Amino acid sequence: MNTGIKSWFDSGEPWIWLNAGAVSLSVIMVTGLVVLIAVRGLGHFWPGAIAVFDYQEQDGSRTQIMGEFVDHEQIAKKRLGGSGMENIQGFISRFLIKTGNRDFTGLDFRWVEEASLAGLQYPEAVMLVERREWGNFYGYLRGIRDNGQDLSAGTDLWDTFQEYIRTSEVVFDQIRHIEKDRIGSTNYRMERLRLEERGLEIKGIPAPGQTSVIAAQRRQLQQEYDVLTVELARLYQILNKTSIVAMLADGREIEIPLARIVRAYRPNGMNLLQKTGFYFEKLWEFLADEPREANTEGGIFPAIFGTVMMVIIMAIIVTPFGVIAAIYLHEYAKQGPLTRLIRIAVNNLAGVPSIVYGVFGLGFFVYFLGGRIDQLFFPESLPAPTFGTPGLLWASLTLALLTVPVVIVATEEGLSRVPRTIREGSLALGATKFETLWLTVLPMTASAMMTGLILAVARAAGEVAPLMLVGVVKLAPSLPLDGNLPYLHLDRKFMHLGFHIYDVGFQSPNVEAARPLVYSTALLLVIIIIVLNLAAIRIRNRLREKYRAAEQH
Amino acid sequence: MQQSNIDDRMEMSENLSDEPATVLAPDKEPRTHAINLGALTQVDSRLTLAYESMCIQVRDFNLYYADNHALKNITMAIPQKRVTAFIGPSGCGKSTLLRCFNRMNDLIDSVHIEGTIYLDAQDINDKSVNVAELRRRVGMVFQKPNPFPKSIYENVAYGLRIQGIKNRHILDAAVEKSLKSAALWNEVKDRLYENALGLSGGQQQRLVIARAIAIEPEVLLLDEPASALDPISTLKIEELIYELKSDYTIIIVTHNMQQAARVSDFTAYMYMGEMIEYRDTSTLFTNPSKKMTEDYITGRYG
Repeated sequence: MNTGIKSWFDSGEPWIWLNAGAVSLSVIMVTGLVVLIAVRGLGHFWPGAIAVFDYQEQDGSRTQIMGEFVDHEQIAKKRLGGSGMENIQGFISRFLIKTGNRDFTGLDFRWVEEASLAGLQYPEAVMLVERREWGNFYGYLRGIRDNGQDLSAGTDLWDTFQEYIRTSEVVFDQIRHIEKDRIGSTNYRMERLRLEERGLEIKGIPAPGQTSVIAAQRRQLQQEYDVLTVELARLYQILNKTSIVAMLADGREIEIPLARIVRAYRPNGMNLLQKTGFYFEKLWEFLADEPREANTEGGIFPAIFGTVMMVIIMAIIVTPFGVIAAIYLHEYAKQGPLTRLIRIAVNNLAGVPSIVYGVFGLGFFVYFLGGRIDQLFFPESLPAPTFGTPGLLWASLTLALLTVPVVIVATEEGLSRVPRTIREGSLALGATKFETLWLTVLPMTASAMMTGLILAVARAAGEVAPLMLVGVVKLAPSLPLDGNLPYLHLDRKFMHLGFHIYDVGFQSPNVEAARPLVYSTALLLVIIIIVLNLAAIRIRNRLREKYRAAEQH
Repeated sequence: MQQSNIDDRMEMSENLSDEPATVLAPDKEPRTHAINLGALTQVDSRLTLAYESMCIQVRDFNLYYADNHALKNITMAIPQKRVTAFIGPSGCGKSTLLRCFNRMNDLIDSVHIEGTIYLDAQDINDKSVNVAELRRRVGMVFQKPNPFPKSIYENVAYGLRIQGIKNRHILDAAVEKSLKSAALWNEVKDRLYENALGLSGGQQQRLVIARAIAIEPEVLLLDEPASALDPISTLKIEELIYELKSDYTIIIVTHNMQQAARVSDFTAYMYMGEMIEYRDTSTLFTNPSKKMTEDYITGRYG
């Protein structure tokens, strides 16, 4: 018996089991994480059924409640009760209902006890209205008021309503275009004029000719602006003259202006196909639209755009620096204690907490460099800072600093994999050291550089802490890339997926409503990083295949 | 064509190996040689160092790896357009000496040298010498085939491209000429743009030789060029050396005494960093003047 166990140990079998167990555990944890995020995140866009039921309140009165079931839990009565109820034993079952109508009931969600719930039904006529403010509305459609005149409440009322929504969407798009693009552009040019004028003032007394030119331009812009505001007022009038009348679950009738409505649908009456279509519509909105309601509704396009933009700029900065540093360190520097020290330093830099980089970025890039740049190149806009404030450029630079060790280490590793015989072969043909590097060694190192770069990109895309100090904001008024000269605005603040998760999850006024969005955004971030890593592996394998035979010398 | 040529030579060596007595000096006792003395009849036995015009002169040359004295007081001259072989046991410094001729040892930080090496009366270690320029004049082929991970064509054109030659016609012509000289053209002419790493070891080594002669050096250094190859490939390389010696001064380092005897006109025997004996190959192998040389070539060394 004893020898049996001993021989079992000696055979190495336990060791194999231990390893296999550890691997399985890791795989299960990672898969579980991804599945959890995916289920919670993707489920959010599915139109859930809206329930209507009778509910007996604590004080004995009965009310009608309308909403979606979100959560269910068993809870000890002890925990629920106030004073005097500590001795009550047993559990009660309760549901979390999303009731919406925040403007009428004060709450988006409420808990109801299962025992007090009666007459549960899912009427088809119940509608869900997504509004630009105050969150979702749940209720019944009662009528439409166009220009003060009631439209007859017929069977086609719902279709008329949908028609109105479509029309108002068109008008709303026009309004948004005018407000964001055209008035934004006019304001931008106006600001440039002001800065130009101020610049002339700083240089000395401006020539009368220049002032009159600026004044003329300003008049012209003012005219454009006036035309736009008139147009805007007209569009708002069209939007505001229509509203709908809707009934709440408790029988109150209220009016919602059409201008506030994004979309309305009756999930209880939808079949599977319609629900699927709706699902993808919502998913697309999530990916391509701007956020509404303090980021808790709408899409995350600016965050995706900001993340990608920042990562691209970071990659453009970090690649040459990292590769050149690695080449110098590995090929040209005399190997000795100093290079060893530098290598240790580089490796340790990769382990420095990222918030430290954020602090450094804020102190050095933003205040020192940015402040100097403002004094030298943008004195006309002072005291308002241009580059002396967190922005896209500083965020990219900070992350480039954070990820440069990854690129250096990967490139150095690639360089050391190039066999000496290949270098000697090139040198023996009369190539200089530089020619050897450029024509033979670097192409063979390309796979390693690529790996380093994409690892850096994946790390940068997921980084949040330092960005909060050097350029990310909750809501950026405009994208860093637009139609106004010079098109790419490196001084602008931007939105970022990682920070968006933090913001929506912990800083939003309606955490419960925003929670699914946290999962969705996290899923998107994870997908982006997985795709980047897979791309890295693919590229590396392809390049490695190409040079494998040469590396075996 | 190529194959039959090799067959001829194999046959020739077999025939000649039957009559070693014709080469041996009659007044000496026949030695039990470690090599096939018959191969020596292939070289011109009338060669004498004193009558040759010299290409490379080495004077009082010493080389140290840090504290290790690796080459000791080497003085020798390498004749032009002949094949000179360096033989000796492992670690005797023959490869190190070879690598001095194109200053490959510059790459090793710990090396320092004393003495001079002249290539056509110019001190190659002089500060005014451009190392890249020197290496264009003194080509080198290494022990293991080291083609670049590029196409066959680009491998051969590499040296020319470095010299700034971009004209497609010149490159095409040079690649074809070099591959023909290296006896590889017929085997690769249909796949010039395929990766050179797909070639066999022997083909790779001939490709590397083609690459070296594409830039038309004056001297060709071969560092055990056949040690990693099978016998047939070895024979092809030896054949090639035989062909090339009319145009190039060739210096070959080899472990294989048979090979030295077959391909070289002059042979230097080195031991522990010292040049023990250096003279025409047939004399060195049949009538060495030093006991140490005799021990080595008869296999009594060690």
